[in-house]
Amino acid sequence: MLTTQFEIMLLASLTAVTCALPGVFLILRRVALMSDAISHAILLGIVLAFFITKNLSSPLLIVGATLVGILTVSLTELIIRTHKLKKDAAIGLVFPLLFSIGVVLINKYTGDVHIDADCVLFGELAFAPFNRLYINDIDLGPQGIWVISAALMLNITFIFFFYKELKLSTFDAGLAAALGFFPGLIHYALMTLVSITAVSAFESVGSILVVALMIAPPAGAYLLTNRLSHMIFISAGIGIISAIGGYGMAYAFNANIAGSMATISGVIFILILFFAPERGILANMVVRKWHKWDFAASTLTVHLLQAEIEDADYTEHIVSHMIRHMKWTPEYTSEVIAQCIQEEFIEKHGSKLVLTPYGREKANLSLVKN
Amino acid sequence: MTKQTELSAISINDLTVAYNEKPVLWDIDFHAPQGVLLAIVGPNGAGKSTLIKSILGLVKPAAGQILVFDNDYRPQSRLIGYVPQKNSVDWDFPTSVLDVVMMGCYGELGWFKRPSHKERELAINCLEKVGMKEFMNRQISQLSGGQQQRVFIARAFMQDAPIYLMDEPFAGVDAATEKSIIALLRELKDKGKTVICVHHDLQTLKEYFDWVMLLNVRRLALGPVNEVLTAQNLKKAYGGKAGFLAGMNTEEK
Repeated sequence: MLTTQFEIMLLASLTAVTCALPGVFLILRRVALMSDAISHAILLGIVLAFFITKNLSSPLLIVGATLVGILTVSLTELIIRTHKLKKDAAIGLVFPLLFSIGVVLINKYTGDVHIDADCVLFGELAFAPFNRLYINDIDLGPQGIWVISAALMLNITFIFFFYKELKLSTFDAGLAAALGFFPGLIHYALMTLVSITAVSAFESVGSILVVALMIAPPAGAYLLTNRLSHMIFISAGIGIISAIGGYGMAYAFNANIAGSMATISGVIFILILFFAPERGILANMVVRKWHKWDFAASTLTVHLLQAEIEDADYTEHIVSHMIRHMKWTPEYTSEVIAQCIQEEFIEKHGSKLVLTPYGREKANLSLVKN
Repeated sequence: MTKQTELSAISINDLTVAYNEKPVLWDIDFHAPQGVLLAIVGPNGAGKSTLIKSILGLVKPAAGQILVFDNDYRPQSRLIGYVPQKNSVDWDFPTSVLDVVMMGCYGELGWFKRPSHKERELAINCLEKVGMKEFMNRQISQLSGGQQQRVFIARAFMQDAPIYLMDEPFAGVDAATEKSIIALLRELKDKGKTVICVHHDLQTLKEYFDWVMLLNVRRLALGPVNEVLTAQNLKKAYGGKAGFLAGMNTEEK
């Protein structure tokens, strides 16, 4: 039983990493929805290839699925190029059509075969260890692990060799074309990878989880780093955590493994969204609050500097000015004054507010900046 | 200054470009001499960016011929450095200033090859030239508009081509940055390079550029700034809107 558990976790982790790699570029190219389209539409390719081979483990299924994946991308772009519809609508039109043709064909002609709508959506990770690969009667482990490993190697090889080209054509397609790198070709190569990845992951985790694993880990990584290379590794890491965490959750609640993995990856993303050190919502709130306070301190010190230059004691006047013109409440005004005293921008001499040298510097600096 | 017999940096004959059967550029003849700062000027939708993209081969022309140093242009020849519009790229992309500048040498590296220490040094050099060296490790989203533009110029330096095509290098930058960018462009020109910019501001045209092409779907005028920038030509390009511009022009004479 332990080996089975290990095999499921290994398969899940490999799948997560395989999906995360092309997912990084889908996120950066703002075509994340394309993963949804491809992962659904490939069903048609699988079914058609199955009609030809009558064998569910034939490699021809991968070929068929990949071709339909590329067909999905081309059809979508064809519709976009008519300028009648935008990208999201084009994607939303193409893949349900291809997907539903696939579903109808399954219902009509393959009723007695092991391929049904449930497994299409969620996969059968729990049964994956029982579908083993034998060569000369030697047990080589679950077939799914071999399939996904091949896809993973393909993704790693492609990204390794074309890292520079992928980066340039994703960041600046115009320059990529001007330098002779054929960004259109790179785009289709990437979409082919997405198709191969989707079909390789399909049997184990189904089309929904493929989407979750392609989008959630890279989206989280995007919020955590400023470097593309780091984003790739962090995505892979989040994928593995989702896979293992998801397995644990499925085990604890006796739930569907793929569904649990998708849930965990979503939860991880939400946590990152809130707590990411630079780009998270909380970090932004802190920064905004700091800006507000900094602005208030600048305003107050600048006004005091003005009073100093005119050699007048305007303390009373300034405080009421803040309340009237800046629309500060009296409470907020005394809060800002207290804060400024604490930060040693100003000192209180009796009822008079006086700038410290540090506060004078602050005032001058804000004048220069504006 | 430039003799008639000298080889043009770029020469275009009868170029027509159409999007969905609607002509964006119509029967353009264009000859850019070597070693000039040339502005392409015209109203919105005049086809300025399209002209640049056609020269680079990013847009397929319906008809016409484009020659670069008297030859058909191939991107692999690396004769043209390109500075796209600043907002044509995603400045939230996870990469550093230095990385963006290094992209300028990708063409020279070709497929597969990664930039090495040598390219890194070169990129730092280019950043120094535009006064952005201390920003080299910054995430690009933390740059101001003017800084972004200077990073793009540094990347153009990195491309080290005899001809530069720049799409609105002054868009969204303040006056001080504009001055420093034009100084950099003059530096390129002084090295004998041909710099062609899409430009918007007629006020600065005379001060910044030596040649100008007036474009509005058709080529309306081309030549040294002083000859081309007449009230009559401006009216042809901008129609009725050019009233105040024409006034400005006669004043300066």
